[in-house]
Amino acid sequence: MKLGRVSGTVVSTICADAYAKRKLLICDLMDPSGTATGDYLIAIDQVGAGPGDDVLILDEGNSARQILESPDAPVRAVVVGIVDRIHLD
Amino acid sequence: MKLGRVIGTVVATTRVEGLEGVKFLLVQPLDKTRKPSGQAIVAADGVAMAGPGDLVYYVSSREAALALPNTFVPVDDTIVGLVDSVELTTP
Repeated sequence: MKLGRVSGTVVSTICADAYAKRKLLICDLMDPSGTATGDYLIAIDQVGAGPGDDVLILDEGNSARQILESPDAPVRAVVVGIVDRIHLD
Repeated sequence: MKLGRVIGTVVATTRVEGLEGVKFLLVQPLDKTRKPSGQAIVAADGVAMAGPGDLVYYVSSREAALALPNTFVPVDDTIVGLVDSVELTTP
């Protein structure tokens, strides 16, 4: 899984069935210290995350399909958690 | 999934079995502010509605094939939606 920060939303009416009525978030990927790496992902929201939230992003299709309970969804990235804090030793 | 802009079409008459009827589009990957980033890719059109100029999002790897009628075909990237709008909180 990857760490990210929600920085926006994508609205899409014409989409594959698996994406219909789901919220799409633009997530900036970040390193453990919270610094943006410059890359981003569009991910389906499963936890009610919003702009500014630090989130846990799943970027692997098989797990994404399990979470969406759809064995043939063409989806890779799903927001699966909101990060409260990261402790670095 | 990533944002992209359709910049052209690719015509390929001879193709692997299973890909008949699939439209191939040239897509320029974009960063979140819609600036081009990296090399253009050839993506299959999973919504069958995308065309040149459209802002789209696409899915890569194994999941790309799942967006097509035949779900066991050799494709790297497939367009899975047309973007109506992108709202960024931090530009």
